[in-house]
Amino acid sequence: MAELSYREAVAAGIAQEMERDERVVMLGEDIADAGGVFKTTVGLLERFGPRRVRDTPISEQAIVGAAMGAAMTGLIPIAEIMFSDFFAVCWDMIANEIAKARYMCAGQLTLPLVIRTANGSGSRFGAQHSQSVENWAMAVPGLKVVAPSTPADVKGLMAAAVRDPDPVIFFEHKGLFATRGEVPDGELVDRLGVARVLRPGGDITVLALAAMVPRALAAADQLARDHGISATVVDVRSLVPLDTRTILEEVTRTGRLYIVEENPRLCGWGAEIASIVAEECFYDLDGPIVRITTPHVPLPAADALEDHAVPSVERIVETVRRTAG
Amino acid sequence: MSSNAARPDDIDTDGGIDDATRLALYRTLLEIRLVEKRAYDLFVQNLVKGTSHLALGQEAVAAGFAVAMRPDDYTFCTYRGHHHTLARGAPMVGVLGELMGRKCGLMGGKGGSMHLTSVRHGVMGSYAIVGAHLPIAAGAAWSAQYRGSGQVAVCFFGDGTTNIGAFHEALNFAVVWKLPVIFVCENNLYMEYTPIRSVTAVEHPAAGRASAYGLAAVIVDGNDADAVYRLARGAIARARAGDGPALIEAKTYRHSGHSRADPAKYRPAGELEEWLKRDPVTLYRERLIAAGVDEGALREIETAAVRAVDEATEGAKASPPSPVDVVEQDVWSDGGAAWRN
Repeated sequence: MAELSYREAVAAGIAQEMERDERVVMLGEDIADAGGVFKTTVGLLERFGPRRVRDTPISEQAIVGAAMGAAMTGLIPIAEIMFSDFFAVCWDMIANEIAKARYMCAGQLTLPLVIRTANGSGSRFGAQHSQSVENWAMAVPGLKVVAPSTPADVKGLMAAAVRDPDPVIFFEHKGLFATRGEVPDGELVDRLGVARVLRPGGDITVLALAAMVPRALAAADQLARDHGISATVVDVRSLVPLDTRTILEEVTRTGRLYIVEENPRLCGWGAEIASIVAEECFYDLDGPIVRITTPHVPLPAADALEDHAVPSVERIVETVRRTAG
Repeated sequence: MSSNAARPDDIDTDGGIDDATRLALYRTLLEIRLVEKRAYDLFVQNLVKGTSHLALGQEAVAAGFAVAMRPDDYTFCTYRGHHHTLARGAPMVGVLGELMGRKCGLMGGKGGSMHLTSVRHGVMGSYAIVGAHLPIAAGAAWSAQYRGSGQVAVCFFGDGTTNIGAFHEALNFAVVWKLPVIFVCENNLYMEYTPIRSVTAVEHPAAGRASAYGLAAVIVDGNDADAVYRLARGAIARARAGDGPALIEAKTYRHSGHSRADPAKYRPAGELEEWLKRDPVTLYRERLIAAGVDEGALREIETAAVRAVDEATEGAKASPPSPVDVVEQDVWSDGGAAWRN
């Protein structure tokens, strides 16, 4: 076991796959010489050379489009879009081209590619550099979507994403880059579409993703300590494919469901899960499904405002305490 | 100028065209013409639903390039892409069947007229969002460069594409990475219903932008199959040799409206008639005759093409509608569409 930071785990996962497979190549803004603006690709240029680790102009359509063209012709590109907010300037490539090409041509094309991006709040960058847009990606048929919360998951899911034959949107969370955790030694390959129960509890089930996971865990500790409420915490990890089996099992077991989402309220990923739970285990519920989300607003910049907008440990505890009774 | 700002004004357009190549050009021109006319007839019979964008009048751009390409080179084209798809050798029955939503369609009816794709013929897709396929073609060229395969990507687009961002991103990107990609603008004078000159800052929408990317302004008569072929041969050889991309503007004209819905009333009186005098198919036939090609050989090509289009039409009509079970197939590589367990 080695302890890595979340940002080091990004490079470790990519390096593991580039070492294994010559077809894996990288492109993006400032990823090579600079090692990434979030320092997530440090050392990869030195290790794999400028032919495989390539800086691009500020041309998001060219970055993602070139990744698509390379994927359909024999490479496995890992494209970086620096901030997930910039998906909006290359959304045609992601949502119209990459997601649909295989379907439209009845399987003639295969697109094994990964689009990595820094998602979420915590950096006080304001409404155009702090969004959580995982629900955008989830809404488009043809994209797989993962959002790891720990260094081990970053490395293992990166490997799974690179090895998956379909396009994977890989959300790295800005607020987690500095966090550290144990990462198993040797080759690490995880599976897409598997949620993980991080903490067992008997009273309620809390679902969370990415940076909301450590908050949900901290909230669960407080709920147990201060309020006698025992919470199961599930790290959803993968939105597409979605591990509904684990989710439904855990909800059925506790009878109460809380969903902690960083994306803005409307059509957030938790809304889909709430709908599935309501359809498929309604009679196992002992109370309403409760979604704890960022309000339906653009994210403000100032620290106090951002902290107020995004679900906090305190808001999770308070919401559960008020409603779980 | 930096060293990677290649200038493709060294494209070799000299050299002869042998008779076999000329007959291949004629056959390709004619087959496209006949399939496009048949596609129109099938709309009128309501056997083609949705929309369709015919390339009547633009056949020489497709033929000139396709005949110059290696079988493993890549074609990327737009929603006006029947001609490029056919020119690479995709079966007519697959094209007409796709337009008609039949099981025999190239994509079993899932793509339709605007998305014709036949990967085994190098047709890597027809793209219906203007400009999207330029970066994608650059990516395929990057892959060819990386793999050292010697393949070239040829990317066709309309004059209207030159005003969208992806065009500019792709041009810059391809030049900086010195990619083996040829960008071919089919300037048919109209972006949809609007004259391109009225919405464009330069006289030549593609060639006029070339210098911004360190590329030479290259313009070709897009109705002259020989001229297109010579330029294509030179540009492809140059790209294959590792000398980087080219941007080519082919001046041409579509004989019909933008799409099925467009009667093209915006065209000034007499314009179509002037262009019909330079119809690429009749122009080429006359040239071959004048050059002493045996008319009997041309008649053979014509008879065979008519028969092939008739057979393809009957084949497509006889094919059943696409089965509905394909709706939830091929979202993913495992052949399915599952998003949950």
